[in-house]
Amino acid sequence: MERRLLSGDEAVAAAAADGGVHLGTGYPGTPSTEILEAFSTLGGKAQWAPNEKVALEVGLGAAFAGARAIVTMKHVGLNVAADPLFTSAYTGVTGALVVVAADDPGMASSQNEQDSRRYAVAAGLPMLEPADSQEAYDLALAALELSERWQLPVILRMTTRVCHSKSIVTRRAASAPAPVPRFRRDVAARVMIPAYARPAHRRLRTKLDSLQAFGETSPLAVWREGDGKLGIVANGVTARHAREAAPGASLLELKLVHPLPLEKIRAFAASVERCVVLEEGDPVIADAVRAAGIAVEAKAPAFRFGELDVPRVRRILARDLTPEPEPPKGKPPQLCEACPYHPVYSTLKKLGCIVAGDIGCYTLGVLPPYEGMDTCVAMGASLGVGLGLRHVLPEEDARKVVSIIGDSTFVHTGLNGLVEMVYNPPPTGHVLVVLDNGTTAMTGQQEHPGTGRTLDHAPTGKLSIEGLARALGVRNVDVVDPIAEPAGFEKLLVDRLARRELSVVVARRPCILAAADIRKYEKAAAAAGCAACPEIENV
Amino acid sequence: MSDRVDVVNVVFAGLGGQGVIKASDILADAAFRAGRDVKKAEVHGMSQRGGSVTSDVRFGREVLSPMVPGGEADYLVVLSASEIAVTRPLLGPRGVLIPPDLVDEATLPNRKSLNVALLGALARLLDLPEEHWLAAIRAALPERLHEVNEKAFRIGRAAALRT
Repeated sequence: MERRLLSGDEAVAAAAADGGVHLGTGYPGTPSTEILEAFSTLGGKAQWAPNEKVALEVGLGAAFAGARAIVTMKHVGLNVAADPLFTSAYTGVTGALVVVAADDPGMASSQNEQDSRRYAVAAGLPMLEPADSQEAYDLALAALELSERWQLPVILRMTTRVCHSKSIVTRRAASAPAPVPRFRRDVAARVMIPAYARPAHRRLRTKLDSLQAFGETSPLAVWREGDGKLGIVANGVTARHAREAAPGASLLELKLVHPLPLEKIRAFAASVERCVVLEEGDPVIADAVRAAGIAVEAKAPAFRFGELDVPRVRRILARDLTPEPEPPKGKPPQLCEACPYHPVYSTLKKLGCIVAGDIGCYTLGVLPPYEGMDTCVAMGASLGVGLGLRHVLPEEDARKVVSIIGDSTFVHTGLNGLVEMVYNPPPTGHVLVVLDNGTTAMTGQQEHPGTGRTLDHAPTGKLSIEGLARALGVRNVDVVDPIAEPAGFEKLLVDRLARRELSVVVARRPCILAAADIRKYEKAAAAAGCAACPEIENV
Repeated sequence: MSDRVDVVNVVFAGLGGQGVIKASDILADAAFRAGRDVKKAEVHGMSQRGGSVTSDVRFGREVLSPMVPGGEADYLVVLSASEIAVTRPLLGPRGVLIPPDLVDEATLPNRKSLNVALLGALARLLDLPEEHWLAAIRAALPERLHEVNEKAFRIGRAAALRT
């Protein structure tokens, strides 16, 4: 079979292609973004959703109809998708639904380092975790199989290192063709009113018991015999660090991380003199194993932060709590020199605005020389946080508050905040600046509903941000090019801040990195005459 | 233990946009073509925006962890002088630094091919057949850049000979 050097993300895409996945959907988020792009390149049907909740719901609908679906997101995206996730454990699926959640221990490109393994426990869903690209491929296929067999969504948890590391992958022959989707009415399984949800919860727990029994004997926990003195229980890439750091140790590598094969772990711990649990992030395995009455050693609290690597694993095993060497402090990332947002930030700084910010490249405006952001919490939070500040601050300060949000982030979850702005306007009004560079820039220039192009850059329905703001009843809606008219942008912002009204200013100028490609896509669309979608009108 | 004795650890460092990731891709592919086990690790995302970038490549009979343990790199290839001081601690006591000024940029057909030129210098020190290097360079770059980069590779190789 074909052997290739693939990233973990590319390996998951290859598994989706070989596993007969009908539909892949998700929202871009480092380090998960490349999965759907690679799946599309391999000929799969892959699409970006406005956000992770919608993506999961689309995947769930497909899996209700008997299809195989894969939904991808970064760890914080799983928070957005958490509502349908929890109840999808009750409804179950007919086909297969694999939810890929990519955690970012060490926060290479994220706002927190939450441990998504907690979601598997909380929602009651099986979770698999690969250690390298071959396992990402094998476990993505295993996740499809488990999902169909237990009729449950399965979470494939990845981490930055596994997503972005490349290693050798051997692909298998494509699996048997997926069943042809069809609708079968099953109200008691799919309509979660309390009368149907109560038995559904019991069904879920029965499925999890059966999965646990399966896990006790399945090859999803690999037991490597060592010298019998030291035993290590580890998951994900940490298991590889452990093999390198302690080549003589016995090792139990957990690939099914929920439900845990506790009896196998009990036997493993009993077979060695000292048993240590090695895991990045929260002590999820250590807590569960200890709660089951199995004596194991957990890492010291200092190793809850950041990624693990071979030197840190050596320290944990040596119970070495001396201060760790500082990692190299390189040059931080910054706004591109020709970024269209420079005039926006210089204006905000000049006017002394209080800026409720959001998530994207433009978050880099918080760094010198602008230091142009006062809050940044979650996707779409600039609206709500800005409004909250306006509601309670003394008037002279309230009038300086501006919310800024990127175009993709606005469509993701800023939209709800804009509805709140119209519904509960602060007495001083509010000003929202949408930084519209025509792409999801931070994650590598993905399309979104506001670009009017699909994942593979083909024309589709286009959401108009200014049209939407007007339709919602925002009084002042303007579009301005901050590079072409920096003075005009400043004049407009000064005027809008002075009004006790609601204003949306769309600062529109293509991302400097994406501009050439955008022109190319637009040209291609014009040449094709957009004949493909005559029925779609702009919102 | 013997599994990792033959593992070669290379760290590439530079700034976003300099071709750090491309260089590590080419080395990983050359080692893969030569039949070695290979792992390559880096963090992208924020690093796209002109910040520091490093990328680790490990190859040998069997590679376990994808990351080069700090202070154990055999080779450190640095594309920007500003990154030498911050990344030098990654190098092992007998490790070799390949700095950007090893190659005179003025001699390169295109300044953007410094990454490939430094790969040429690295190739002098590694036991990987030249055919695999050239195949990896061609696979990683569009055809119009093949000639320029093959020339850069040879210039780098010659520069390493002089030192």
